[in-house]
Amino acid sequence: MQKFTTVTGIAVPLRRSNVDTDQIIPAVYLKRVTKTGFEDALFAAWRQDPDFVLNKPAYRGARVLVAGADFGTGSSREHAVWALRDYGFDVVLSPRFGDIFRGNSGKQGLLAGEISEADAETLWAVLESDPGLELTVDLVDRTVRVGDLTVSFEIDDYTRWRLLEGLDDIGLTLRDEARITEFESTREAWLPRTLPALSSPELSPQGR
Amino acid sequence: MSNAAITGERPRTLAEKVWDKHLVARGEDGTPDLIYIDLHLVHEVTSPQAFDGLRVAGRPLRRPDLTIATEDHNTPTLHIDRPISDVTSRTQIETLRRNCAEFGVRLHSLGDIEQGIVHVVGPQLGLTQPGITVVCGDSHTSTHGAFGAMAFGIGTSEVEHVMATQTLPLKPFKTMAITVDGALRPGVSAKDIILAVIAKIGTGGGQGYVLEFRGSAIRSLSMEGRMTICNMSIEAGARAGMIAPDATTYDYLEGRAHAPRGQDWVDAVAYWETLATDDGAVFDAEVVLDADALEPFVTWGTNPGQGVSLSDTVPDPSAISDANERAAAERALEYMDLAAGTPMKQIRVDTVFLGSCTNSRVEDLRAAAEIIKGHSVADGVRMLVVPGSARVRIEAEAEGLDKIFTDFGAEWRFAGCSMCLGMNPDQLAPGERCASTSNRNFEGRQGKGGRTHLVSPLVAAATAIRGTLSSPWDLAADLAAGATSNTTANGEK
Ligand code: SF4
Repeated sequence: MQKFTTVTGIAVPLRRSNVDTDQIIPAVYLKRVTKTGFEDALFAAWRQDPDFVLNKPAYRGARVLVAGADFGTGSSREHAVWALRDYGFDVVLSPRFGDIFRGNSGKQGLLAGEISEADAETLWAVLESDPGLELTVDLVDRTVRVGDLTVSFEIDDYTRWRLLEGLDDIGLTLRDEARITEFESTREAWLPRTLPALSSPELSPQGR
Repeated sequence: MSNAAITGERPRTLAEKVWDKHLVARGEDGTPDLIYIDLHLVHEVTSPQAFDGLRVAGRPLRRPDLTIATEDHNTPTLHIDRPISDVTSRTQIETLRRNCAEFGVRLHSLGDIEQGIVHVVGPQLGLTQPGITVVCGDSHTSTHGAFGAMAFGIGTSEVEHVMATQTLPLKPFKTMAITVDGALRPGVSAKDIILAVIAKIGTGGGQGYVLEFRGSAIRSLSMEGRMTICNMSIEAGARAGMIAPDATTYDYLEGRAHAPRGQDWVDAVAYWETLATDDGAVFDAEVVLDADALEPFVTWGTNPGQGVSLSDTVPDPSAISDANERAAAERALEYMDLAAGTPMKQIRVDTVFLGSCTNSRVEDLRAAAEIIKGHSVADGVRMLVVPGSARVRIEAEAEGLDKIFTDFGAEWRFAGCSMCLGMNPDQLAPGERCASTSNRNFEGRQGKGGRTHLVSPLVAAATAIRGTLSSPWDLAADLAAGATSNTTANGEK
């Protein structure tokens, strides 16, 4: 995972609350077998509408989403985060997130920052007045800056640290790789191994 | 004497011993422990994104020699030599095959003797052993706890994590002792124990816990029966279910393809003998059940906790004091199209499904075959018999069980998850009612609009004969009444 310090990019005002993961990515896209390539699936139903905010040319290449409260509630599908990442978003700001969504975000390098309802309104107003405006999200001092305006966001210390260090769960564990290797050297020889593949004759002991 | 008494250590439970033994790093300041995983089971549904994640990050799969894959959820149980017709299913299977080849994972594909439901395959190969940690991207991984292993289901991110590191960051689980003493009456089996346990503690009762099943009734169960019990621990909300290993466990394992041999076997057994919960170990919670009093059990609703004795009636929601539970019961009865007060035994079924990782091992098939032998299936009822693995199928055929089933009028299928979940061609039609030996009676689980009653293999067999939810006790009663079973059940025959 890439280290995350600041992101400067186009921000999209999504004036909706209770955006559940079914809206972020409808169930039909869950049949896929890859972890990437979900950019077309993001908000698939809403994007049918030409007036939907993401369809406006000014927001092309956006990296920050400013949404209403209770973003990412509902089904635990990790695909919701993958779809946002694949589309190009590095940051979602919302007054409140679904718990599982917030957890999944941290694992995939998507910053889910909590802002106040008032700041959400302010940001929407600013972004709507000048579509395509860029803002800067600074994880070091937990602020969002656009022009003269600075608002702060919240994120828990552990997730922030992991994002700053660019550590996904696996990267974090692999920092302990020496300990894993050491542990492996103490494992008993008789513990099961799947390779080389063995198979009993036609009938197992119980069947005889 | 217990180990703790000898060494003077703090007495520990079985679960704690296995946990401690697999501690790579103890978490500090609220961070989780890092636990080593001895065996990773893989199937086609929850693995593709995990493999893809490895690929994207350029990481290898750390221990292919502790990983094994099989095809089960999507596979058809008929015409297994033909290409799979459903495109999504075919893609998932083909993706698994490609991924296993790329990452060096052993795979048992459709047509292979070791192919089958992932939770049947691990034990049958002797890979599932006492005291190990087992994970799989499937909630019913709890099955393997029957051997005294710590076995639990994980999500796709965790699957990728195990593939890359052979470890998982985990917070310790709480422990719950479920003691079942006494002797089961004939006609009552392991499935009835676990259904009764879930009805007692509820589908959330085990949340955050590892359940340890103990007591004389558990000790006297075969490995197959123990697997049935641990399999459904998850339906009580538990992370895992465990049973301490004993002579029954060792007898089952000895001689299996991947079981230790020679001196290794001696060393392994010596370790396994230390696993049982120490005298004086403290559980976070305890539940007691009396096996003597148990009757064949059956569910009436749409979660596995909504069950009653077969001799009982469909409960009346208005008698339930908890408002949420009452509403759930009302919804369940509507979905199940059942009226409160109806005797369970009057409920007719269209389909009987004998299979799934809960009850598809050869012992389950034997038990059902013994009951149906010499009978024929009730009018208007179809019965599907689906062995848990290709090997189980061959074993059953060697004993002539397939003949008993087909003579009875049942369909004898190839191995897979089949009608346990609506992911392959074996599904209920809307409104169809099924007595099923599987583990979930959720709305639509066996097919959209399908209605499921969870039962034991013995109840499934008796139900197939009589056409209404029945147990072997009813067959005996029919016999005593001097009637042939079919005329009693159907009247019109
Ligand atoms: S048989 Fe059913 S419960 Fe078991 S692994 Fe297959 S789908 Fe899951």
